[in-house]
Amino acid sequence: MNDRFNLYRFASPATFYPLAGKMIPWFVALAVLFGIAGLYIGMLVAPTDFQQGEGYRIIFIHVPTSWLSMFIYLVMAFWAAIGLAFNTRLSGMMARALAPTGALMAFLSLWTGALWGKPMWGTWWVWDARLTSELILLFLYIGYLALVAAIDDPRRADKAGGILLLVGVVNVPIIYFSVKWWNTLHQGSSVNFAKSSMAEVMLWGMLLMALSFWMYSIAVALARVRTLMLERERNTDWVRAELTRTGEMQ
Amino acid sequence: MKSRHKKMALIVGALALVGVISALVLNALNSNIALYISPTDVAQGKAPQDKLFRIGGLVKEASIQRQADGVTIRFIVTDTEHDIVVDYVGILPDLFVEGKGAVAQGRLLPDGTFKAQEVLAKHDENYMPPEAAKALNDAHERGVQKAAAQGQPAATAPQPASN
Repeated sequence: MNDRFNLYRFASPATFYPLAGKMIPWFVALAVLFGIAGLYIGMLVAPTDFQQGEGYRIIFIHVPTSWLSMFIYLVMAFWAAIGLAFNTRLSGMMARALAPTGALMAFLSLWTGALWGKPMWGTWWVWDARLTSELILLFLYIGYLALVAAIDDPRRADKAGGILLLVGVVNVPIIYFSVKWWNTLHQGSSVNFAKSSMAEVMLWGMLLMALSFWMYSIAVALARVRTLMLERERNTDWVRAELTRTGEMQ
Repeated sequence: MKSRHKKMALIVGALALVGVISALVLNALNSNIALYISPTDVAQGKAPQDKLFRIGGLVKEASIQRQADGVTIRFIVTDTEHDIVVDYVGILPDLFVEGKGAVAQGRLLPDGTFKAQEVLAKHDENYMPPEAAKALNDAHERGVQKAAAQGQPAATAPQPASN
């Protein structure tokens, strides 16, 4: 091992465990900060919408959770690909640590969408391409969690789950582009890099809320991956040393 | 070739294969995935006979007629090329307004009208405060008046991009 900065060093649970522990409070603090700012702008500063009245304010939850439900899946698929190709220990744990948060985001996205749909569209649910593909995403998350929980050997579970994740990744662009490709009841995207069809202050509220959800997701995923590391590496020296240091084990 | 590179290539290849398969399947299912068809599709005879289906488009300006009972409604759905008269008995969603998108589920009657069982409002992607909407509207009306004064055909109203 040479002395220069080496990225592979962080792929070792023994190195990553304390690093993750140090990062968690920062991400929690950022999540709270962005959350307060986002809710303040979203609920108090942003104006009422010209058509939907106050009901539109659900976007401050709905859009960030929808974005994250897709993005977390992509990150999990990325870790699955790394894990399958390089056989690294940490990648499977990362994918597993992210899965419950991704499922939560997909569920919140569908739920808030239904709450908004009833008064605005006139229905809780319709089988259009956007809604259906997002529901499939929730099923992919649940299926992944069930699959890895059903296989006892963690390394084999990660392999099987990784293949499921990679096959399912094709669903993400379908969700994203569904409103462009097909006739859907769901409206098109309001946020574009060129020109957003949304009042600026509303957009700021939404972006701040999105940042808050991001920071929250990173914090809980890191906390979860730490638990997974301890559990899987319980017979190693570093875990024993760590537990002795924190007084969990005498 | 190292084994991990081989694996990586295998993963990328498998992903590409899954992507191509999905694209072909979705392309084949295209007409089933669309939630609704447009009045032009109906005019071209693409509407299923004796089967429920959905039409979608804009609610034509000044086309909503309400009966005295308040729940019997007749309006026109248009894609600016073709119009369809829709009859509906029931409560309309709040966002159902003239000039905006709507989706109706029902059957086509022999006389060419559409008997709807369910009417949904299709929201567009525009989010703005009422003042901004009013300013846009006023500016549009000034433009129409100006065009009319100059004896030119009035500009068409800015339609929300319905897809």
